[in-house]
Amino acid sequence: MIATTEKKKQKVIDAVIIRFVGDSGDGMQLTGTQFSDTSAMFGNDVATFPNYPAEIRAPQGSLYGVSGFQVHIGSVEINTPGDDVDLLVAMNPAGLKTNLHALKPGHTVIVDTDSFTKKNLEKALYDSNPLEDGSLENYRVIEVAMTSLTKEALKEVEGLDNKTITRSKNMFALGMVYWMYGRSREYTTEFFNKKFKKKPEVIEANTKVLNAGFYFAETLELIPNAYTIAPAKMAPGTYRIIMGNQATAWGFLAAAEKSGLELFLGSYPITPASNILHELVKHKHFGVKTLQAEDEIAGISSAIGASFAGDLAITTTSGPGLALKAEALGLAMMIELPLVIVDVQRGGPSTGLPTKTEQSDLLQAMYGRNGESPIIVIAASTPSNCFEYAYEAAKLTIEHMTPVLLLTDGYIANGSAPWKIKSVASMPEIKNNIIKEAEEDWHPYNRDKDTLARNWAIPGVPGLEHRVGGLEKDRVSGNVSYVPENHEYMTKIRAEKVKRVQNYIPEIVPEFTEEGDLLVVGWGGTYGSLHSAVKELNEEGYNNIGFAHFNYINPLPKNTSEVFSKYKKIIVCELNSGQFVKVLKINCSEFNFLQFNKIQGLPFANNELVEKFKSLV
Amino acid sequence: MEAAVKEYTYKDFASDQEVRWCPGCDDYVILRSMQKALPEMGVKKEDVVFISGIGCSSRFPYYMDTYGMHGIHGRAPAIATGLKLTNPDLSVWVITGDGDSMAIGGNHFIHVLRRNIDLNIVLFNNEIYGLTKGQFSPTSLVGQKTKSSPYGNTQPPFSAGELALGAHARFFGRISGNTPKEMTQIFIDAEKFKGTSLIEVLQNCPIFNDGAYSKFNDKAVREDRMLFVEHGKPMIFGKERNKGLVLNGLKLEVVTIGENGVTETDILVHDAKEQDPTLHQMLVRMEYPMVTGIIRAFDDVTLEEREDALTAQVKSDSNFKKTDDLFFSGDIYNVF
Repeated sequence: MIATTEKKKQKVIDAVIIRFVGDSGDGMQLTGTQFSDTSAMFGNDVATFPNYPAEIRAPQGSLYGVSGFQVHIGSVEINTPGDDVDLLVAMNPAGLKTNLHALKPGHTVIVDTDSFTKKNLEKALYDSNPLEDGSLENYRVIEVAMTSLTKEALKEVEGLDNKTITRSKNMFALGMVYWMYGRSREYTTEFFNKKFKKKPEVIEANTKVLNAGFYFAETLELIPNAYTIAPAKMAPGTYRIIMGNQATAWGFLAAAEKSGLELFLGSYPITPASNILHELVKHKHFGVKTLQAEDEIAGISSAIGASFAGDLAITTTSGPGLALKAEALGLAMMIELPLVIVDVQRGGPSTGLPTKTEQSDLLQAMYGRNGESPIIVIAASTPSNCFEYAYEAAKLTIEHMTPVLLLTDGYIANGSAPWKIKSVASMPEIKNNIIKEAEEDWHPYNRDKDTLARNWAIPGVPGLEHRVGGLEKDRVSGNVSYVPENHEYMTKIRAEKVKRVQNYIPEIVPEFTEEGDLLVVGWGGTYGSLHSAVKELNEEGYNNIGFAHFNYINPLPKNTSEVFSKYKKIIVCELNSGQFVKVLKINCSEFNFLQFNKIQGLPFANNELVEKFKSLV
Repeated sequence: MEAAVKEYTYKDFASDQEVRWCPGCDDYVILRSMQKALPEMGVKKEDVVFISGIGCSSRFPYYMDTYGMHGIHGRAPAIATGLKLTNPDLSVWVITGDGDSMAIGGNHFIHVLRRNIDLNIVLFNNEIYGLTKGQFSPTSLVGQKTKSSPYGNTQPPFSAGELALGAHARFFGRISGNTPKEMTQIFIDAEKFKGTSLIEVLQNCPIFNDGAYSKFNDKAVREDRMLFVEHGKPMIFGKERNKGLVLNGLKLEVVTIGENGVTETDILVHDAKEQDPTLHQMLVRMEYPMVTGIIRAFDDVTLEEREDALTAQVKSDSNFKKTDDLFFSGDIYNVF
């Protein structure tokens, strides 16, 4: 072994994008999570994105069995998990084959040479070994016999079976990457101690392999230097790393506590929304009730029943599930009860691309019901602000007594980022319209004069017995009414009620410049990509480009047209063929909107945005 | 202590809405039987909720002066499930028809029975679609001529009882639409039963399927063609009270007491509380006699009992009292 007394040089960089790839069984999600958590604890800004195969147990070594985890860390503001990567860690040939395209030319790939066997190369459909045929000459390849080195490191640990030994090679890779980026191993060793409390030999094995990888990198001449990424300048406070779906679930927990209502979730499993159900079902200690229903329709219907009985009721789904819920959503709108529907969008139409992201449910959210049935539509835009917008969805539905549809998408739902923890005490108040006891002149459809919200009379209160239902309601009593004028009145008042929400939501504030040559417009989960691109251009001197990102879709913020009027050109960027732009054309018809659309099941890449925006100014 | 429940009469449960079913419809009998049963149940009026789907039967909640929701087609069991989980103190009633429960709402119907949540379902079975004006339903007979089967229905019917028992219904009762006294009593018994109670009412539609049940429930033949079962009593019927059921191999057989040496002690005694539904299945399948009364009432743990026990356990094991305890737990870090 080479003596390590002479320290290698440290190079300071702003940010790095690393992708760990391997077989489904190689533990890449854990490796990536450990790296990003460690970096977050160190103070870096972080964004991550997992990429698992759709198959649960894909054949070992196959191209479609590759599991990956991308992490972007920096001493600067990080808004996305990044596009092309600076470092690729490939645990097998299939991982290399499916991910090499994402590695920047000239950058480093670390491979486990032990896995490049004839059999594995064949499974990855390689005609020749890429490590030998020169096909990697544009990259810096670090070949490491990781499996053998892992076995070597563990030869003296007793009580380990072969499987445990080979499985811990991901920690060898992690150890190497920790050294390369000057990370401490402490968080991960503590994680072993907690996770394998009852299996001391597994703690020992993982720790040994992690250390072995760390020291291997330190001594390896192929790695000339380590990198330092200083902590990011983030607002002071207490943070944690949070995934979008978890943040959504927690937003509802906070809203339930703040409003004094109990939370009810009626849901049917669907990718990529199921994690919200998985998260909420854990929290029975807060009185959370969950029903895994027999189908999507029962999911929303049970939530409507729970809402009638006085709970903060929600239902979670993705595109196809939203289609199934449409009729029940119309009922909730008609009977004017609080209800939040979360649609974690995925690639459509029909079954579409369940594990890929898209923003193509917007028009379904806006209009996908029979009759005239406007509802409030809002969208979260980052993994961590799923918390705020879930909370906001709950607040709006309780205060305005009409359903709220919250749109997120697979990209932000599965992505993770630091979240500055919000104490429930710091969240805005949530008022409700509950009637506690019978009073004179009470009628089910009495409305608040400002919001037009009807009152919420909950079964169990004497004197408030009443019937609601999907037939048109008399404007006061709520009894069935076929009176023509009443129907027109009620149709208009339901729409007006949603429109008045404008008075209770924030105005849109453009970023970078309040007026200029180009306004970049986005909505929902594309915030990170769009913000990064406009920021980069701004730093390059393009200070004539502004950025307006919408979280409130229906109704739009009051000042939308006013903001648009300050720019010469407006480009609306969406991961669909142009849905939000249709909403804007209806509401702000005086403007000419340019479009930038991508329909590949993928987020925007930075370079495609930058190029497009440059071409317009 | 619970406040004493007020004394009610049936009028307390009638809403101010004009009842708009066709004259002569058995739905009127069901409505009045329910209004008469409620004062006998010991429940407070404000705790009673009727949830319905779509169809003639589903107008029912509008006519009751209780809480109610006229929902969407087939989904009442799901709405009622959310309602009951939210407030287990409520007396929750699902009102449905044969099309609502077994066609468009078939999925919710079987799953509510499987889960055994404590609510009551009244199924108005008239073997026809009434509100849409006369198409065949999932309980219409093969050959039945309807608006949508002018040459005769080709789809074999479901039996509500068979389907329900197959879905693990713990309580199944069947009652003829023209026997209000028995109907009132079965509603009271259903409310007292803990778990999902299903009552199938053989309801005559005088407009689109008149006389569907008359061959056994006409006053003139009723006693000879129908058997009203009661738990713990021998299954005897007939004007002369001399017909009864015995088990012959794997089949139920009608015998006459006093003939071929048959005595009353040979007649099967009804056991509604038996867990094994085999005999209950045989009873619901019989056409002669048509069996009514509480066919099955097997006591079992309810969904809300399981949920409550689990929640209590999780609460007592958890360190999380407020959401802040959760948010600030685990891997958190400070930025200064």
